[in-house]
Amino acid sequence: MNAPVPLGQEGTVSIIGCEAAPILRERGQREVFCGLTGIVWLHRKIQDAFFLVVGSRTCAHLLQSAAGVMIFAEPRFATAILTERDLAGVADIDDELDGVVSRLLERRPDIKLLFLVGSCPSEVIKIDLKRAAVRLSLNHSPRVRILAYSGSGIETTFTQGEDACLAALVPSLPSESPDSERSLLVAGALADVVEDQFARVFDALGIGPVRFLPMRRAADCPQVGPKTLFLLAQPFLGDTARALEERGAKRLSAPFPLGSEGTTLWLQAAADAFAVPAERFDAATAEGRARAETSLARHRQTLSGKRVFFFPDSQLEIPLARFLSRELAMDPIEVGAPYINRQLVASELELLPEGPTLSEGQNVDRQLDRCRAARPDLIVCGLGLANPLEAEGFATKWSIELIFTPIQGYEQAGDLAELFARPLVRRDLLEV
Amino acid sequence: MDLTLWTYEGPPHVGAMRVATAMRGIHYVLHAPQGDSYADLLFTMIERRGARPPVTYTTFEARDLGADTAELFKTAIREAYDRFAPEAIIVGASCTAELLQDDPGGLARAVNLPIPVIPLELPAYRKKENWGSAETFCRLTRALAGAPRHREFGARPRCNILGPTALGFRHRDDVQEISRLLGQIGIDIGVTAPLGATPHDLTRLYDADFNVVLYPEVALPAAQWLEKAYGQPFTRTVPIGVGPTRAFVAEVAALAGVDASPTLRDATSRLPWYSRSVDSTYLTGKRVFVFGDATHAIAAARVARAEFGFRVVGLGTYSREFAREVREAAEACGAEPLITDDYLEVEAKVGELRPELVLGTQMERHIAKRLGIPCAVISAPVHVQDFPARYSPQMGFEGANVLFDSWVHPLMMGLEEHLLTMFREDKEFHDGATPSHLGAKTRVAPPIAAPAAKTLDVSAAETVAATPGVEDGSQTAWSADAEKELKKIPFFVRGRARGNTERFARERGLTAITVGTLYDAKAHFGR
Ligand code: SF4
Repeated sequence: MNAPVPLGQEGTVSIIGCEAAPILRERGQREVFCGLTGIVWLHRKIQDAFFLVVGSRTCAHLLQSAAGVMIFAEPRFATAILTERDLAGVADIDDELDGVVSRLLERRPDIKLLFLVGSCPSEVIKIDLKRAAVRLSLNHSPRVRILAYSGSGIETTFTQGEDACLAALVPSLPSESPDSERSLLVAGALADVVEDQFARVFDALGIGPVRFLPMRRAADCPQVGPKTLFLLAQPFLGDTARALEERGAKRLSAPFPLGSEGTTLWLQAAADAFAVPAERFDAATAEGRARAETSLARHRQTLSGKRVFFFPDSQLEIPLARFLSRELAMDPIEVGAPYINRQLVASELELLPEGPTLSEGQNVDRQLDRCRAARPDLIVCGLGLANPLEAEGFATKWSIELIFTPIQGYEQAGDLAELFARPLVRRDLLEV
Repeated sequence: MDLTLWTYEGPPHVGAMRVATAMRGIHYVLHAPQGDSYADLLFTMIERRGARPPVTYTTFEARDLGADTAELFKTAIREAYDRFAPEAIIVGASCTAELLQDDPGGLARAVNLPIPVIPLELPAYRKKENWGSAETFCRLTRALAGAPRHREFGARPRCNILGPTALGFRHRDDVQEISRLLGQIGIDIGVTAPLGATPHDLTRLYDADFNVVLYPEVALPAAQWLEKAYGQPFTRTVPIGVGPTRAFVAEVAALAGVDASPTLRDATSRLPWYSRSVDSTYLTGKRVFVFGDATHAIAAARVARAEFGFRVVGLGTYSREFAREVREAAEACGAEPLITDDYLEVEAKVGELRPELVLGTQMERHIAKRLGIPCAVISAPVHVQDFPARYSPQMGFEGANVLFDSWVHPLMMGLEEHLLTMFREDKEFHDGATPSHLGAKTRVAPPIAAPAAKTLDVSAAETVAATPGVEDGSQTAWSADAEKELKKIPFFVRGRARGNTERFARERGLTAITVGTLYDAKAHFGR
């Protein structure tokens, strides 16, 4: 796991904005999903992958509750629920797992990539899923590749599950031939439509080959190697970045592609690395920027000057606060994140205006006290808190929607703004 | 290890949360990792509760495991006491904490709070949600009810209502309906619990002549204990449907020593007349499949048969604790019993039985949708739609009206069904046509062949199907004419007609199915 780099402790040179602002570190009850939740979007993204959680009834229930009915039709995930026989050592865990995996693969001949996903119970009783994955791969290759990662709540929060999953994938990615051209890899799950848009922009910029991680199909694993430059599309991919660096790839540091400015700077980082001439960059992005500006303008009136409070959830909080303050003139009061990986959000923090309290970790009751005292116009929080805060009279935006909606890139900038404007517009609309 | 795609019940600590969240003045300190806080959203989103569940999760992390998770627990319980000032606290462990063996009960005692602290033992690797609710409610009752005392002689008859919880299927409205009914009979209500009760209220449980058990899944152990401790009898009739409601009225009247006849005389429900009106004749013998928790499934099967004139072809439950009762009920209506919490098994059974209506949970709603079969929801697990804004109890006389509307609504209307059968070539009567009152959306075409029941292929719905007519490796070929004739049968019974005809042919060793075979099979199997 990625140990969060302490930020703003002694001796940090103040650069701009709140790069050196003190961080409120909180400890206590958290109101955040565990990393298993990532399965809900990852299993849709990689169309022939299956996610088998080795855990408890709680894990199965979490997945079902987080997934809701929207994907009820045909899940490519399941839970191998540990029973007392497994815990008491009556049943041999290896045998049990082999049996479950064989049955599963027999039933689902369409599966090409299987993830064994660790949970709190499997971690606590020290089931070595990595080793199990190696063993099972021998039995089931070449038909199915089997990898393991942990999405447990004692090690990962919410979106960190994606990080763990992608980091587990990286060592198995094919190597780029050493004498190949330089290539660009975009890491982080994006909606297919967003991915296609970015591919078109990179094409217009003359950057290529461009590959995406995760891939849509198990067979289309992107190549990686010392000639690879990579851009993170999501801010929660610390372990994935490290794993890619271990393969020799080089990270391009940039803000994240949220909003028009974020998208431009993100593309710019790639353009600079590939020495794209400024005119070509302008030509390739001008239309997108103009469209983003038009669609953002529509929401600026609703949002400008409004005070927003972020509870920690998806790790998108810092980039979103940057977007809302710089492009929509909102005023962030507190920006909470489950953990802050300073390296990855350095360029975001440089842009974030001074003012908001940055908090890391959570003590939900104390944070609710601060939130109530601050009386923000809009609260960004998880599903467990949204209705109770609405009932107290606050407007809320539930943060999970930010993960399940295409929000990156120029064409989605307006949609992203709209997600924040909608609760406020709705309140004005209702007369009951 | 049990391979599970979807679960009917959560872990037992979620059952405890349903009790704690239903009550007031209580707090639950749960030793658990951060991710377990997902359970809050069940209450705040599905039930749209305007307050967080009264639960503190200790939120231990991997790095705490080597250090001191026990200290973390003590801090959490102290802070919860200071902040929420509850009348009583329940403490327990989630599945992960159970493995740490920190003994929340012992730790809580060590903190020495000036309020009752009730430890829960909910074995997460053996038990499930409903059991967790029942156990929690029983523990609370035993811990708080106090020493037996005797009711004042000659007081007006009084009962407690036991069983309603948070996230229950229509519990809110059932309580209102049954309270009103009891009032009409002249019986006072002492305590309703867990829903709306405080720990202090539980100390008054003794002060009643008997207990009304609305939901045995939750209330039975507590009611049995109260019977032993205070000699309070409890009701056995679940008042779902007109007949059972009348039986319930008679039962409580007998327990209270009052005369039920005025209530029974004045009782009105539209169900009996609606069911007898000629428009409803088309409901006769409709084949229904019933699945849910034991209470609702048994009740629905009885009502389906006796008050709608349906034929129950399958009756099942995921409540293993009540397997025997469900088996008996299934036998009574000549249906096949199904005791399982494996969603795939239920799906296979529905596919095999091809009912015309499914009465089930939200899970069966999905199964039915996929197979193109009408469905009404009768039981938890619940979904946001199961908390309607309007008053819609399942119990009592008004509940019977609700049942009539909600079970009949998904079906074709009587005449519509006839016209559809008669004029197959009308272009509005294509296979995807839905009942006209349900709007114009096209129905997903059901698989042509009934999914093979035994393969448990989760992808059955995606890859629609086994070649028609190929089963058990034996080949029965449909002639073109017979295939065409089959198409004239409405789609919602076609799957069964095909299956029956093939079975008929197979049993007689026929290799070809002609139009004649089709009608021979029809005559053989009847409806
Ligand atoms: S927090 Fe742990 S036990 Fe709970 S659902 Fe997540 S992985 Fe499972």
